[in-house]
Amino acid sequence: MSDQIKDLNPAKECRAMGKSIKRREDARFVQGRGTYVDDIELPKMLHMAIVHSPYAHALIKGIDTAEALKVPGVKAIITAKDLAGFNLDWIPTLAGDKQMVLATDRVMYQYQEVAAVFAETRAQAVDAAQLVEVDYEPLEVVADPFKAREDKVILRTDREKKTNHIFNWNVGDREATDKALAEAEVRVKQKAYYPRVHASPLEPCAIVADMNTATGRLTLYLTSQAPHAHRTVVSLVTGIPESNIRIVSPDIGGGFGNKVPVYPGYVCAAAGTIVLGVPVKWVATRTESMTTDSFARDFHMEAEIGATKEGKVTALKVTTVADHGAFDAAADPSKYPAGLFSICTGSYDFPTAFTEVDAYYTNKTPGGVAYRCSFRVTEASYMIERAMDTAARELNMDPAEFRFKNFIQKEQFPYNSPLGWTYDSGDYETTFKVALEKVGYEELRKEQAEKRAKGEIMGIGISTFTEIVGAGPSKDFDILGIKMFDGAEIRIHPTGSVIVRAGTKSQGQGHETTWAQIVAEELGLDVDKILVEEGDTDTAPYGLGTYASRSTPTAGGALALGARRIREKAKRIAAHLLEVSADDIEWEDYKFQIKGVPSKSVTTQDCAFAAYTNPAPGDEPGLETTYYYDPPNLTFPHGAYICVVDIDKSTGEVKVRRFVAIDDCGTIINPMIVEGQVHGGLAEGFAMAFMQEIVYDEEGNHLNTNYTDYLIPTAYEVPKFETGNTVTPSPHHPIGAKGVGESPTVGSPAAYVNAVIDALSPYGVSEIDMPISREKVFSKLRAAGVEAF
Amino acid sequence: MEITLNVNGQEHKVDVEPRTLLVYALRENCGLKGAHVGCDSSSCGVCTVVLDGKIPVKSCTMFAVQAEGHEITTIEGLGGGANLHPLQKAFHEQHGLQCGYCTPAMIMSSYALLQHNPDPSEDDIRRGLSGNLCRCTGYMNIVKAVQQAAADMRQPAEAAD
Repeated sequence: MSDQIKDLNPAKECRAMGKSIKRREDARFVQGRGTYVDDIELPKMLHMAIVHSPYAHALIKGIDTAEALKVPGVKAIITAKDLAGFNLDWIPTLAGDKQMVLATDRVMYQYQEVAAVFAETRAQAVDAAQLVEVDYEPLEVVADPFKAREDKVILRTDREKKTNHIFNWNVGDREATDKALAEAEVRVKQKAYYPRVHASPLEPCAIVADMNTATGRLTLYLTSQAPHAHRTVVSLVTGIPESNIRIVSPDIGGGFGNKVPVYPGYVCAAAGTIVLGVPVKWVATRTESMTTDSFARDFHMEAEIGATKEGKVTALKVTTVADHGAFDAAADPSKYPAGLFSICTGSYDFPTAFTEVDAYYTNKTPGGVAYRCSFRVTEASYMIERAMDTAARELNMDPAEFRFKNFIQKEQFPYNSPLGWTYDSGDYETTFKVALEKVGYEELRKEQAEKRAKGEIMGIGISTFTEIVGAGPSKDFDILGIKMFDGAEIRIHPTGSVIVRAGTKSQGQGHETTWAQIVAEELGLDVDKILVEEGDTDTAPYGLGTYASRSTPTAGGALALGARRIREKAKRIAAHLLEVSADDIEWEDYKFQIKGVPSKSVTTQDCAFAAYTNPAPGDEPGLETTYYYDPPNLTFPHGAYICVVDIDKSTGEVKVRRFVAIDDCGTIINPMIVEGQVHGGLAEGFAMAFMQEIVYDEEGNHLNTNYTDYLIPTAYEVPKFETGNTVTPSPHHPIGAKGVGESPTVGSPAAYVNAVIDALSPYGVSEIDMPISREKVFSKLRAAGVEAF
Repeated sequence: MEITLNVNGQEHKVDVEPRTLLVYALRENCGLKGAHVGCDSSSCGVCTVVLDGKIPVKSCTMFAVQAEGHEITTIEGLGGGANLHPLQKAFHEQHGLQCGYCTPAMIMSSYALLQHNPDPSEDDIRRGLSGNLCRCTGYMNIVKAVQQAAADMRQPAEAAD
């Protein structure tokens, strides 16, 4: 354990860390007094509605706005031509591509934005949008990445390279892996499609854009998970200096990666306020959200594992075809076009591995956001956990035993993976043992054998995953060139209360509580006296925001180290107050005391008062700091999840009987909040395993554009979860924390699916893709000749 | 057209279009922002308010004009400040919320449920709230919160301790 973590002094009772302190943000939410973007109303504010394309691929021969402009209250209608005047018809994407804001000469996917209408009321804007006449000439649609790969129809005519292929990204030793596979005693192939899904925070994306024509300042109230990054992007595309742009991300009704990108609606609203000189509000409808927000996943993967007859893995190869939609708008750090997918060797000690991803354009909504996931880690984890189960079955081994045989051992950390990562720490065996014991694995296997003998269908699914989060170290991680550090500012007021600001932005994660806990612990202050503020670029220090489980690994480190810097100064003040040299002062029991003399002590609060009333001679008055923390490595949370299902052989209904989730996210700041995030992520994993999928037909028609067809689980479907933790602190993080919000979404889908396959395996079923509907199971059973009654 | 809405015991004279949905009248005409909008198919339930003291209604499924003559209760009328309703208290204490977007509606649906069934089983609660989506909590702590509030409301004297 490093000195940094020892500093927390885990041997004794902590003051604020590790406690289930009730959330300080709750009071306004339970009273309906949160402030979300749609709650903001400004004088003279106009409402914006968007005209969308009914075609997935078509030329635009003309746009007639005459009738629409006659609707009472309509102030203006803009198309790409108008935006071109401001150089805003196309904007750069995070992936180095560009995308249309409003359709120029053609539409590339169904529901693409074609025109924006500004009117006095929401209803007038919608009415007028329906009267905008667009003349389309349909083109051949390519809605499938495998069809796109043939390059028969080139979708992006604006690009120099006449191909639908966007990139090939590969990592590892291809030759050595192929050789190892060729020589392997056992080779197991596993295909898996991770369906296209929508993150679906319940609050749709929204903006209130307000250009003050007197001051020249542009204020954007925005559903933003990354306000500073968005300010920089707005400045780069509009030419307005960052100092004249203020982004305020108020309360956010869920993000899950959905609120990381810059969407065309935002740009249109900003253009609207700049041109019209009055505030403009746009709130996406659910249909707009489902059809035009960045999608997630859509990875067609194939894994091959080589192993010895005794069940020791020797090689892994994973190849993927990725559907990126009409523009490459994937939200990944610059150097990683397929995100952190190369974590696909998971928790297992593969001597050699290779992976490659080929991405293609199709006539579908662009995107590739990390939906409650650290950049394609969900896909990687799902693939390896599915493949490990298949390999175990092929070897005729118990999937638990097979995992034990192949785990990276505790002593191997820091572990260099064959795909280039240095895993910081972990104890996979212990975590898995805790999970197996909690679920009663051996008894369950006995029960399963008895049930099988009676023709009943029961399955046990395992996922022992490793995540890679906390992007990230600036040597490798940037977005548009901006390094992915994060910042925290701590100001101690004269009376000892505090304001803390960070470059992150909570969307339900509870930073107003957990950030206060970190600072309270480091400085011996009361959590209640620490106010946490995020989301306003005028006041918060720079940081790249909250997604990819990065807040605690990055800003959490900045808070702890910033607080320690303040403590150093406070120590000098304490020496001044106690009339000794700073060398004679020690920090003990949350106080500064003369070494070995507990009766001679002062608190941080005493020092804060002195910092303003009686500063130490030669020292700057005041007690505050801004700390930018550039993490030395990523963090690698892990977990062991076990799912037990019963399947009704008449109907195909899968009932999740139990779900045990043991997570290891390192040091825990607030166990209640960690458990809450795990519950939520397990529910979203359930949603992906059994319900959620965006479906297109061959013509590129989006077939489930709202929640009547895109199924979100309710309290009635979601199973109960049994959670627990082991604690392996990160050796390099200032408080040993690793991040947790996404572990359950990353780790759980494979556990659900493996349970279903385990249940159906006696009937020869080895393949089933998410979402696992009753129909799919029913058909598999009937195809296997299982009688319904 | 001018109508009068009785919201949280107060009369609001509002000028709405015949097509104005109740949720927009509450939010934009009455200034009560606690009911949210999350979908356009009456699926998500984040706009739920209570009609006539016990009927949970998704306020996006009702025109404002249809609400005239009814007593409407929104989250703002349930409790506030130092006088939180046992449900509001329980959602906080049981960590039954994260981003807060579904919370007012989840509490209003729970309120209506407890008017009909003061001692619901877990299954009753899960069924009773199945018109309200939440993306953050996985529902477990919401169920616990409703159980706590139900117990508090059955024994108000004990709950005050």
